[in-house]
Amino acid sequence: MSYVGRSVDERARMLAAVGVSSFEGLLVDVPEELRIHEPLAVPPAASELELRAEIGALAAKNDAAKDMPSFLGAGLYDHYIPSALPRVALRSEFMTAYTPYQPEVAQGTLQVIFEFQSMIAELTGMDVANASLYDGASAAVEAAYLARNQTGRARVVVAGLVHPNSIGALRTFLGPDVVTVLAPDPATGTVSAAALGGALDDTVACAIFQYPNFVGAIEDVPALCAAAKAKGALAVAVADPIALALLTPPGALGADLCVGEAQSLGAPMSLGGPVCGFFAGRKEFVRKFPGRIVGETRDQHGRRGFVLTLQTREQHIRREKATSNICTNQGLIALMNTIYLGLVGKDGLYEVANLSFQKTHYAVARAAAVAGVQPAFTGPFVREAALRLPVSAAQAVRAGRTHGMLLGVDAGAFDPAHADILLVAATEKRTRDEIDRWAVALAKSIGRTPQLEGGAR
Amino acid sequence: MTPTTSPPSVQSGAAQARGTAAAPPAPPPGALAGLPPASAPVLPLVPEGIVEPLLSELSAPGHRGVRLPACDVPAIPLATALPAWAIRATRAALPEVSEPEVIRHFTRLSGLNHHLDKGFYPLGSCTMKHNPKINDELAFLPGMALAHPCTPDEGLQGALELLWTLERHLAAITGFDAVSLQPAAGAQGEFTGMLVVRAYHQSRGDVARDTVLVPDSAHGTNPASVRAVGWKVVELKSKDGRLDLDVLKAALGPHVAAVMVTQPSTLGMFEPQIAEAAGMIHAAGAQLYLDGANFNALVGLVQPGKIFDVMHLNLHKTFSTPHGGGGPGAGPVAVGAHLAPFLPGPRAARNEDGTFRFERDLPQSVGRVHGWHGNFGVLVRAYAYIRSLGPDGLTEVSTEAILNANYLMHRLKGAYDLPFDRPCMHEFVLSGRGLRKYGVRTTDVAKRLLDFGVHAPTVYFPLIVEEAIMIEPTETETLRTLDLFADVMLRIADEAKTDASIVTGAPWTTPVSRLDEGRAARELKLTWKNA
Amino acid sequence: MTPDGLRYTKDHEWAKQDGDLVVVGITDYAQGELGDVVFVELPAVGRTVAAGESFGTIEAVKTVSELYAPLAGEVVAVNGDIAGEPALVNGSPYDKGWMIKLRPASAADYDALLDAKAYSSLLASHGA
Repeated sequence: MSYVGRSVDERARMLAAVGVSSFEGLLVDVPEELRIHEPLAVPPAASELELRAEIGALAAKNDAAKDMPSFLGAGLYDHYIPSALPRVALRSEFMTAYTPYQPEVAQGTLQVIFEFQSMIAELTGMDVANASLYDGASAAVEAAYLARNQTGRARVVVAGLVHPNSIGALRTFLGPDVVTVLAPDPATGTVSAAALGGALDDTVACAIFQYPNFVGAIEDVPALCAAAKAKGALAVAVADPIALALLTPPGALGADLCVGEAQSLGAPMSLGGPVCGFFAGRKEFVRKFPGRIVGETRDQHGRRGFVLTLQTREQHIRREKATSNICTNQGLIALMNTIYLGLVGKDGLYEVANLSFQKTHYAVARAAAVAGVQPAFTGPFVREAALRLPVSAAQAVRAGRTHGMLLGVDAGAFDPAHADILLVAATEKRTRDEIDRWAVALAKSIGRTPQLEGGAR
Repeated sequence: MTPTTSPPSVQSGAAQARGTAAAPPAPPPGALAGLPPASAPVLPLVPEGIVEPLLSELSAPGHRGVRLPACDVPAIPLATALPAWAIRATRAALPEVSEPEVIRHFTRLSGLNHHLDKGFYPLGSCTMKHNPKINDELAFLPGMALAHPCTPDEGLQGALELLWTLERHLAAITGFDAVSLQPAAGAQGEFTGMLVVRAYHQSRGDVARDTVLVPDSAHGTNPASVRAVGWKVVELKSKDGRLDLDVLKAALGPHVAAVMVTQPSTLGMFEPQIAEAAGMIHAAGAQLYLDGANFNALVGLVQPGKIFDVMHLNLHKTFSTPHGGGGPGAGPVAVGAHLAPFLPGPRAARNEDGTFRFERDLPQSVGRVHGWHGNFGVLVRAYAYIRSLGPDGLTEVSTEAILNANYLMHRLKGAYDLPFDRPCMHEFVLSGRGLRKYGVRTTDVAKRLLDFGVHAPTVYFPLIVEEAIMIEPTETETLRTLDLFADVMLRIADEAKTDASIVTGAPWTTPVSRLDEGRAARELKLTWKNA
Repeated sequence: MTPDGLRYTKDHEWAKQDGDLVVVGITDYAQGELGDVVFVELPAVGRTVAAGESFGTIEAVKTVSELYAPLAGEVVAVNGDIAGEPALVNGSPYDKGWMIKLRPASAADYDALLDAKAYSSLLASHGA
């Protein structure tokens, strides 16, 4: 089937109206060298019932279908999605709408984006935010583009443990030669302002750091921002929007741009896509922002309305003079983020963040009671922590699955030097009982006998 | 000149006849544009001048949406765990709204949108076709939607198998050898394709190539994608809407890395000499890139892999995944075997025992273009779509899309100028230039269509047609819808001649009338804090 | 509306002698084609421009255009008012909407520009 509603008679009438005797008469310009006349080599059509069985079986093979408590993070987090959210977000009116280029019939989408921008600006402490980018990695890349464009400088310095996949994307997009990654202090997992300052010169457009960083550690953000400014580079903070409910926002600490991944705010992880990059910054940079931006205006009768604005920045208008290659935003995911922030609100977001903070700290305390397991770094952490294991983390997480537990993220998959580091994030969804069971599973997974007081089974 | 985008004619006869005050001043509270003032207020609970309050305006201290469990672990004070500078002084000023109010707010906002499940989108180059519901449902199965990419491969076997199989289906459909599913959107696919071509040339020591030729009938994002890899763009002038082989020949040389074409072109026409062009391009050592935005015209009829080296697909166009009000999309890249080693990674791979893994050891790969594995949720939908249609259904996509476009073109060509009068593919371009003498611009026709519950076509694009109106009906519209739409288009052309103010003042029935875009760009109220 | 006494370019800039300086802006036709001007990006004072070189950009709602120097010289002043009120370019293209003042490299360059009559016939050939 092809979702085409057409009778044989209708087809004949249409061909006759167009003035051809057969469909082939419409393909006069298509050269035979490119044509195919045999059926495509794909399986025969499946009915909905068959499709449901086929894809249902595939879905069932993934751990996500098995109700295993998850302590996975590394940029994507298993937060609770309130029931009201999908009910509203997946309405046809949002889901099947086009990009809001005709604002008179797209006020729903446009006002949602305006609200998204407002709340992202609030969380990051910045003046303005855009309508979203593809993901956290693309947001980091676009921040680097903006900084290069703003400063006329080519190089980018990454201060330590920014998400490795974002660093990977920076290298792909900007070229490996212009991206310098500073090694973190092995004890703290962070980069000092002195080390950053020493790496900056008048060829560096921006310093990029992550807050909290990839292993959960807190960089000295005020000092890093000051070090960047002292050398004329923009200070770019990559941030976690849940952690920002507890943390002083980068905008209040001297950052010029704050970008990151917004999946935590009510969107499913979906194997890492579609997720949603956010992009916020100081207002003096707004004309160099990538992607779509919504602004408030009035209609002819004085009523408030919203439109895509500053459109001349966008590539379909600037063409080869465009400074960004971004086309779409992640409208549907940004909508989920907006509904989420509306539903949890001011106190609810704080509670989600605080519960995640408390439970992660509890989990680390339980893990520390397991012989051979210790925090990998000495500094503070917020909602994700790095544990050093006596065995490889890859081996531990594979064993963890057999104990019905997604133990955490193998940091060695991102950097072989971190092969013994397990990243652990417990969100508000994890109960004390699950965390206790997790500590037992962790002990078993590294070949230790669980010796845990209370709660352990 | 006064700072407003409102055409002066909006204050003329039609508005008066409908009983509204000329704009400005504002109409009576609650009244909609174009309705008599005596009509009942439509949104009586909304303050004057506001269609829907902002979340911040619905907020009141202490109102709560979702409640969360109490903390069941020993709580520690933030101050014992974090440095003082890092602790937020005050909670982020997010709104405080009850669940029913949040639901009503977003439900009312949703009602302000035109959308596919409600009505027609004749949007050229955007392929706004039906979005099958089963596909959404399958993408949101917990095993798919809640999958975390850092799960060990053993725990992602279903996802990996789907990715691996989808790559092969897309390769079979396009006639290419390998596919990367990572690019998150069409433009990112274009960029990725250019990177792959660059890596290919570099691998052969062919490093002097720095120019990409782009016909003036190509898709609008192409030049920016070329610039993003640091190459130069040279535009090829078309002749009668077609590639001019003499112009191409003159532009080719050892500096040309690639030629980027859109087929069918943005004029909806297939390039009859594309095979000859491909021969010339390959002889010059360049690669031939296909922008697959218009692949809806080609499924099951044409395999670009026969002569092209690389193309990207827009799954949110040809493969029916919903646009979501501006994303997410997906822009997989398909390539010939010679380019396959350079595709982004990691990629799904099959082990000898039939299980699957993410292959990360790809020494010649250009690297990653996405934070994870691309827009997986979109890929699940596209997979489901391909499986639903099968070989016959996929071919029917293109045959019926082409038939629909030709039928509409035939019905409209008397009332609007048709710059290129010959059979089209899945879309065609009209010109509204004939209406200018009545003071009616293409944008007015677009706005008037909104009054009939139809989205506007793509207008003023392609740039090579004056007052362009680009129409793509897609295969999922019925003959009845096409006829009704054609009737409306003819009626609007007639209105332009008899009472232009009806057209130039439109839309009359939408939640807001024409918005002052100049004001938005000058005042830059981008958040509710400064609104 | 093409005032006498000014000089013009085929790119729709105007130039006006002002002592030993030359004031530059865009023509009424240009502002009409652009529509609602929302932003004008002007050069730093002290920059030297060549004839025909871009000295800035002008943005309307959905278009952006380069601004080209009618003649070579040094930028000695820019109109700060249009940054805050870009609509001046629409409302008063030849007066309050001026853009830059140049000290010309060569006084003779000015006389080589189009006069009002030549510019008017250029517009006529555009159908304006």
